[in-house]
Amino acid sequence: MARYFENTSTFNFSWDQVTRGYWKRYPNPQSTHVLSEDTWSREVKDGCLYTKRVLTKTNRVPKWGERFFNAKSVKIIEESMLDPEKKVFVTYTRNLGYTKVMSVVERVEYRSAGPGLTVARRSAWIDSQVFGFSRAIRAFGVDRFKKNCNQMVSGFNHVLHSMFPRQVASQHSMTHTLKEMREAAAAATDRAKANVLSTVNRT
Amino acid sequence: MNSIGEECTELKKKYDDCFNSWFSERFLKGDHDDSVCAGIFKVYQDCVKNAMKQQNIDFKEIDKDVLGTEGEYKAPPSGSS
Repeated sequence: MARYFENTSTFNFSWDQVTRGYWKRYPNPQSTHVLSEDTWSREVKDGCLYTKRVLTKTNRVPKWGERFFNAKSVKIIEESMLDPEKKVFVTYTRNLGYTKVMSVVERVEYRSAGPGLTVARRSAWIDSQVFGFSRAIRAFGVDRFKKNCNQMVSGFNHVLHSMFPRQVASQHSMTHTLKEMREAAAAATDRAKANVLSTVNRT
Repeated sequence: MNSIGEECTELKKKYDDCFNSWFSERFLKGDHDDSVCAGIFKVYQDCVKNAMKQQNIDFKEIDKDVLGTEGEYKAPPSGSS
């Protein structure tokens, strides 16, 4: 029985921006594990774009896992369907080979959630059929997957921010934050001075 | 990003550039004619398939479609994970 995992992340970019950024996601500072990326097939059918890509990623496993899974890299097949009318983009990835040791299937659905907002709903199924070790391998797989999710989101955000910099909005909030930080620092200094004084007075 | 075949990386970049501008400037704006990148795609494809053949990659497994078929995994009803 595969372990199921899901989460949702929100990108502060329009659906068009997210889908444009998706194809330029690699490389990014969080994607050092992605070694190659190729388009295997691509076609427009009934107004939707269907793409199949093959990716190679490094395979990081713990010491105990090396006896089952000693490959240096794994290949991933990514199928996707993009409907520009409904603004729905679904990606479906699975590993090629080693599926008895560990199979990881991930489905992500990107939907527009209002102007400048896109929600990604991620589902993952992780399974292993190694006799006596499947529980441990599944648990490891889920753990690694969860960690990779955060990296994936921050790497993707990095690419989106560099493709679509938002001058006005982000500068405004940055100034605001800096002001708040300065005030908080001044307040802390005052408190510290008061503390020192009260200590000095006591002795 | 690199291609799986070192010798295909240049072709991949050319194709990706073509695709990315087509996607942003045409496809998302309602023009679904994808012939503009067909030529470069063909050349790039030949290179990649050749490189994969040399690495003994199972083409059948790649060609298999899962998304949108009976084989696609479905999320369990929410709350039951």
